[in-house]
Amino acid sequence: MKNSKLVWLLSLLLVVTLFLAACGGDDKAKDTTTDTDEKEGTTEETEEVAADEDQVLNLIMTAEIPTMDSALVTDAVGFDLLNNVNEGLYRLSQENIAVPALSDGEPTVSEDGLVYTFTLRDSNWSDGTPVTANDFEYAWKRAMNPDTASEYGPYMMSGVIKNATAISNGEAEYTELGVKALDEKTLEVTLEKPIPYFLSLMSFGTFLPQKEEFVTAQGENYAKNSEALLYNGPFTLANWDGTGLSWQLLKNEQYWDKETVKLTEINYDVVKETATAVNLYTNGEKDRASLSGEYAMQYAADPELVTELETSVFYFKYNQERLGEKTPLANVNIREAITKAFNKEDLASVVLANGSTAAYSFIPKDFVFDEDGNDFRDVNGDMAVFNADEAKAAWEKGLAELGVTELSLEILGGDTELSKKMDEYFKAQLEGNLPGLTITLKEVPFNVRLDLDTNQDYDIQVAGWGPDYQDPFTFLSLWETDGGNNQMSYSNPEYDQLLTDINGSLAQDIPARWEAMAKAEKMIVDQDFAVGPIYQRGLMFLQKPYVKGVIAHPFGGDYSYKWAYIEGK
Amino acid sequence: MAKYITRRVFYMFITFFLIATATFFLMKALPGSPISSASKLSPTQLAVVEAKYGLDQPIPVQYAKYMLNLAQGDLGNSFQFKNASVTDLIIDRLGPSMLLGTQGLVLGVALGILLGMIAALRQNTIWDYGSTFVAIIGISIPSFVFATFLQYWLAVEWKIFPVGLWKDGWMSSVLPSIALAMGPLATASRFIRTEMIEVLSSDYITLAKSKGANGFEIAFKHAFRNALIPLVTVLGPLAAGLLTGSLVIEQIFAIPGIGEQFVKSIMSNDFSIIMGTTLFFSAFLIVVIFLVDVLYGIIDPRIRLSGGKD
Repeated sequence: MKNSKLVWLLSLLLVVTLFLAACGGDDKAKDTTTDTDEKEGTTEETEEVAADEDQVLNLIMTAEIPTMDSALVTDAVGFDLLNNVNEGLYRLSQENIAVPALSDGEPTVSEDGLVYTFTLRDSNWSDGTPVTANDFEYAWKRAMNPDTASEYGPYMMSGVIKNATAISNGEAEYTELGVKALDEKTLEVTLEKPIPYFLSLMSFGTFLPQKEEFVTAQGENYAKNSEALLYNGPFTLANWDGTGLSWQLLKNEQYWDKETVKLTEINYDVVKETATAVNLYTNGEKDRASLSGEYAMQYAADPELVTELETSVFYFKYNQERLGEKTPLANVNIREAITKAFNKEDLASVVLANGSTAAYSFIPKDFVFDEDGNDFRDVNGDMAVFNADEAKAAWEKGLAELGVTELSLEILGGDTELSKKMDEYFKAQLEGNLPGLTITLKEVPFNVRLDLDTNQDYDIQVAGWGPDYQDPFTFLSLWETDGGNNQMSYSNPEYDQLLTDINGSLAQDIPARWEAMAKAEKMIVDQDFAVGPIYQRGLMFLQKPYVKGVIAHPFGGDYSYKWAYIEGK
Repeated sequence: MAKYITRRVFYMFITFFLIATATFFLMKALPGSPISSASKLSPTQLAVVEAKYGLDQPIPVQYAKYMLNLAQGDLGNSFQFKNASVTDLIIDRLGPSMLLGTQGLVLGVALGILLGMIAALRQNTIWDYGSTFVAIIGISIPSFVFATFLQYWLAVEWKIFPVGLWKDGWMSSVLPSIALAMGPLATASRFIRTEMIEVLSSDYITLAKSKGANGFEIAFKHAFRNALIPLVTVLGPLAAGLLTGSLVIEQIFAIPGIGEQFVKSIMSNDFSIIMGTTLFFSAFLIVVIFLVDVLYGIIDPRIRLSGGKD
């Protein structure tokens, strides 16, 4: 009897909780309706008609924006947004070709291919002031100014823009960079040497303009939030506080090509859990959700599934000299054996099962094309194909040359679930196809892997590379003797010579250069087996069928929404 | 009492200083660099970037500078968020974490106490078994499983609450708070049940009963108060853990909290955020432990804060 008070109390509490929850649900439903009405600016009667005109896209990002300062940006999120809120001299088109954007037509190029003169079209910043040639000169020089401590400025400009290398090495002042505003509308860029892919670089985030007066006035505050920035692209950034998990892109009424832009609003939220992203997608709150891990398999047959091939290639990096001592991988036959000893088709379709495809070359598919639209990937055909017999033959030859009958090697990989699954597969395949081989797996976080790479403290590493510009050279240059990314003691004077020619004597002879690059690729993949291509990364995501015209790019910003629209919602 | 508090505060500062020092050196022992594209930079350029962040100085100098800045309340700038100060970041991210933590803790502990009391008062009845069952579920199933379950049923299927995101005001905090509450609920109910059963069988309760005190009086006035003491002991660390953010729950509900940021900072070697959040968490825990000790004295006057000399 007395204790029943407690029971009453508990029951009351439960009832109140349920009541509150139910009320809350109603509120939420009302809020959503009101929001929609406000956005559409319409009443219920006309809602159906207006639905198609509601040009709002709701997207998910998997990470926050680290910075929107084009001189400091180094990450995919930053480059992606900059590509949509700003515009440089060039922009990647819907066909992924670099086409003039703020540059009014093609520039004039001096005969030696060193001096480019761009004339700017009439365009404005989001504050209504015109974009001038000085905005480019200022932004690029700012990216080279040691005080800015830009990482990508010197990385992208060295060897490209005149004096950039000297400035990076502290041998020249940043003011001596080869870029000059001749007048308000004319920009002169002097190159270090002829660069065949220079114009595609002009679409990259690091080469965007910045308005000097604005940046200086903002001081330390510049790019700290969406208010402390200026925009000259299809959209402006709004409601971004610098570290938050949500922001918006709004159509930029000052954009010179605003007629093309149909979307009025893009709402972003950072969601890191695939399950949550899928729930938001299912609920209709988001128009696109990327799928990872088991979700990719679960939705494999969904009609709203979209697969996209990225331009990142993953490969075995064979270290020939570990901590100063030669490894068995210094033997070309051992490298060939490992390259050919695992079935990458199965790896891509069964183990990864995320839209990735097996890689038979080092330069990815759908990345660079010649004038006739032929993919560079096709020049060399399939290399590094799985062949257990050839692998075994090379293995035995290699072992004999080394004078051993068995070998123990370590594979260094990442600590994610996918990496671990993949490494297990390698171990099983390699040990199964190469008698006498013992593989040990070392799975470490990314930072640790970088450290081990720098110190060359590994045997085989599962590494990946995404391009920084639209040219095979961004991949090929990795394996130059003593190059910063080499870290595996690969050295072939013939290869080095090819690299020199590709960006030197052949720079203006496009067909010969193309051929030389193909030769270089064949050399590292099929002749020296310096690296063993594994797969080209793919993406799987769910996308509502009414989302149209989103363009995915092979380098720089991942997507363009300039041409995107909503139809049939 | 005043003497006790002064002494404790002094020790709190020493503890904080030691934690700051230990974290600093441990962090410096982490492999890798906080500079995201370090592998792409030439040695000269890397030196320029390192100089900007003071990473080119010898570690003792960096330590001294850090401590000096810390004394002035300056936690430095983040490496991940290139223009954000760590203090701003912590302040921005703390609100949601604290709200969820407080709600989760209050809800969990309140319901846990209720359940525990019912179980103790109705020992070996269906009420007791029911409450034990709930506690076992709460302890054995991790909060993220509850979170996923709640999200699916209450948000996706029944559409009562938002799926996630921090946009619908208080409604956004309901599901994550409930998920967070399950742990403290289970802990509190178990502690209260065990303690109350023990207290209820003690002599003074028998005396109270014989004097004609009713069940309600016995439960609340006598048994409950004594049963609270062990609960307060575990409540301190529990509160610190909850209020300073739960990584998994924040991630599942896409909430801009501090817990998730802390883990990310370790993965990316963001020294300033690692230091900032660790120090913040430690300070919080130190204060909570202190408050718990003070609470002991309030709940049970037999526990003398100054060792019986007052």
